[in-house]
Amino acid sequence: MRAHPRAGAAEPLRNWQEAVLSRVIRLSGYSAIVFVGLIFLFLVREGLPALVEVPLADLFSARWYPIEGYFGVLPLITGSLIVTVGAMAVAIPFGIGTAMFISEIAPRWAREVLKPMVELLGGLPSVVLGFLGMLVLSPFLRQALDLPTGLTALAGSLLLAGIALPTIVSIAEDALDAVPKSYREGALALGATRWQTMWGVTLPAARSGVLTAVMLGIGRAIGETMAVMMVTGNAPVLAVRLASIVAPARTMTATIAAEMGEVASGSTHYHVLFFIGMVLFLISLAVNVAASAVVFRQRTRAERVLS
Amino acid sequence: MRAPGRGRGDPPVAGQPARYRAGAGRRFRVQRLGFALLTLMAVGTVVPIVLVVAHVLIQGAPAISWEFLSGLPRDGMRQGGILPAIVGTFYLTLGTAVFSVPLGVAAAIYLSEYAHENAWTRLIRVAIINLAGIPSVVYGLFGLGLFVLFLRFGTSILAASLTLSIMTLPVIISASEEALRAVPQAFRTVSVSLGGTRWQTIRRVVLPQAVPGILTGVILGLERAAGETAPILFTGAAFFLPRLPHSPLDATMALPYHLFVISTQVPEMPLRIQYGTALVLIAFVLGMNLIATIIRSRARARRQW
Repeated sequence: MRAHPRAGAAEPLRNWQEAVLSRVIRLSGYSAIVFVGLIFLFLVREGLPALVEVPLADLFSARWYPIEGYFGVLPLITGSLIVTVGAMAVAIPFGIGTAMFISEIAPRWAREVLKPMVELLGGLPSVVLGFLGMLVLSPFLRQALDLPTGLTALAGSLLLAGIALPTIVSIAEDALDAVPKSYREGALALGATRWQTMWGVTLPAARSGVLTAVMLGIGRAIGETMAVMMVTGNAPVLAVRLASIVAPARTMTATIAAEMGEVASGSTHYHVLFFIGMVLFLISLAVNVAASAVVFRQRTRAERVLS
Repeated sequence: MRAPGRGRGDPPVAGQPARYRAGAGRRFRVQRLGFALLTLMAVGTVVPIVLVVAHVLIQGAPAISWEFLSGLPRDGMRQGGILPAIVGTFYLTLGTAVFSVPLGVAAAIYLSEYAHENAWTRLIRVAIINLAGIPSVVYGLFGLGLFVLFLRFGTSILAASLTLSIMTLPVIISASEEALRAVPQAFRTVSVSLGGTRWQTIRRVVLPQAVPGILTGVILGLERAAGETAPILFTGAAFFLPRLPHSPLDATMALPYHLFVISTQVPEMPLRIQYGTALVLIAFVLGMNLIATIIRSRARARRQW
């Protein structure tokens, strides 16, 4: 380092600066861990008292009516579930189908149009989708299906499908693109049609990436708030029948968003809402850890095969 | 098996053994059907997107006027302009950038230039993935608990910006790290061989090369923050505030929350104003998206490696 004698004069100062900067950068590197920890800490701190204040049997009962002290979260959980399942019934086939179209079939120009379009959908604020869902989608559903109200779980599912689609399409497409060309060439050389190659070779080879795409899509759908709150009618009814999909529903996220503004901090209602937040946090944690575990396992298996 | 010059997967040529052709014909019929189905799905994905944007554009355009963009709301928001919401969203985006950009870029520098692949680094990556997946309303709860109540910032631009910046952090870290890693290793080797220290190498060689990529990621992250409603619901958004915010400790109106309020909470709200607000919000967000796209494509054209 000290090849040139005159350069040495500034060295101590520079070393000192470098040491401070590396320290700052190192600390910033760990910030993500700190924030995940802090978020969990605050959710637990404000949410766990709910378990003390509300008996467990009441908390997991079917009646959510906070004004009279009923804090049964089951309708909210089933609401989130039915809306998410409905969304995935649409978003998974359309998302994987679109990803396969983009990566395997589409001519260049179609790809250049489709990819920015899907990105555009990903960039649209969910409140705008909720707004249009209220004004356009739900009146349409009410008329088309002859329902008493269009503000139903189905409307929420359709919007959520739109919100989860960009995630699913872009990750699934990356996974399909990453399949080595030689796999496809091998299948085609053996006489398979392109269609057989796609289904029999490319998609199975990309399955872990596609699975990750689906899981992250589910994560986005469960966590979405505004669009769902605006179109599902927000009735906390236990959704257990198939017909519940065309009835109003209320999700965990919408409940927090709608009620947190009006509760006194420190009240039981406040604690229960934080408890629901804690449950949502744990769900997203599970989804994301599972998604990254799939990728990790696939990578180690690939490495074993290669070595 | 195929005549030369034909595309792969095309139906077989006539003149091949009939037995083969019979089976193949079915296979290609299946393929045609399958391709048609996938094409339909792709169209089914794109058409609603076009319809949504076009609908808002057509319905919202008549509301756009100088008064709408630069005026204060009047008559319980049913008339006048949405200036406080526009300015509020601008401040929130700016505040988010102030906190999340230095921290996010520094974290990316750590991951790409300093960190070794060990258990801690893997933990950091898991944490980043999880931050990206946490529902936005949970960020709102966290911001309420930490910034508004515990640190006593109150519902303010400061608390909302801090909440949004933690939400934006994973996007900025991932994009910046990718941009830094894309800089060829040879650049670093040359800098160090000329006597540059690690920081000098980063500051003068690696960072300048990665700036366009970082900028693209930053703008895309901020775009998400600008359009979010749930994280600011209880941390900084004001239902109705017919003046511009004076300090970071003021609450503020914001475009996404304003759209939510006027479309669900205010009776007899003129549709024209609702669509106009939606249009301004979309323009704000997609404008940022456009800037990011332009930076990305220009940087690609000028890249030195």
